[in-house]
Amino acid sequence: MLNWLHRLGSSKIFFEVSGRWQVPLLLLSVLMLTGGAAWALLFVPPDYQQGHSVRIMYIHVPAAILAQSGYVMMAGAAAVFLIWRIKLADVAVKCIAPLGASITFLALVTGAIWGKPTWGTWWVWDARLTSTLVLFFLYIGVIALRSAMERQAGAGRACAILALVGVVNLPVIKFSVEWWYTLHQPASFSLTEKPAMPVEMWLPLLVMVVAYYLFFFAIWIMRIRNEILLREKNTDWVKQWLAVR
Amino acid sequence: MSFASLSAFYYMDGHGVYVWAAYGLTLVILAANLWWPMLARRNIIRAEKSAMLKGMNSQRQEDQS
Repeated sequence: MLNWLHRLGSSKIFFEVSGRWQVPLLLLSVLMLTGGAAWALLFVPPDYQQGHSVRIMYIHVPAAILAQSGYVMMAGAAAVFLIWRIKLADVAVKCIAPLGASITFLALVTGAIWGKPTWGTWWVWDARLTSTLVLFFLYIGVIALRSAMERQAGAGRACAILALVGVVNLPVIKFSVEWWYTLHQPASFSLTEKPAMPVEMWLPLLVMVVAYYLFFFAIWIMRIRNEILLREKNTDWVKQWLAVR
Repeated sequence: MSFASLSAFYYMDGHGVYVWAAYGLTLVILAANLWWPMLARRNIIRAEKSAMLKGMNSQRQEDQS
């Protein structure tokens, strides 16, 4: 296992292995996103309180879950880079930041759109909403720091440290709905308990969560591959790869 | 099927505008996330191939002179 991880830490081997996986992963995710969206739009029964606006849940909740777990993945890669100095981990941090920022933005805006018909307002300074906005600014901070320090030796380390410091925000987001019970409802999904929703409502949500994850991984891999090509462009294996394109 | 007619599907008892706005935005953001690395990949391949060809040509000219 460790040996396998170490091999994958090599840019060349990651490039070869991911080349076989990226297209099937992307196709599966797009298929599941399309199917899940059609299910959510056409077949999910309207909620007895929210009516048809409950259909927004199927695109908002997965985005919100991924906004947070994307940050965990970025911080994990940052830790790997700081501890073991694996260059590929730095590439991973760089490539996940814009992706995570866009998904967090999606979670914020779909949440605002959902808030209008259900809460009667687009935005409140509720703890969950505010801490998710802070999450968005943390992603933007990592992107901005990288572009400000581009071509400087310490850029990767500085971004990794910033990403790790931002981890303190994650428990705030997670427990905000319990510590300050204001407007945002508590989690609709939990790993340990049965969902409070009927199966015809949570099954399509589960499909969408998995689809978002697969899509996220597919795009992350595509971005990492581009970055590897740029960083390794003077190596023989990249020249050979380019020669047959 | 939760809807009796196509117009009911559009309208969604007045919630249609929110539902469609949210789904539309999701489509735009996910599509942009997909399009961006595909475009970047094409540009990298094009730029690096032309750099390689230029390198080969200058090498050839040096060999000839």
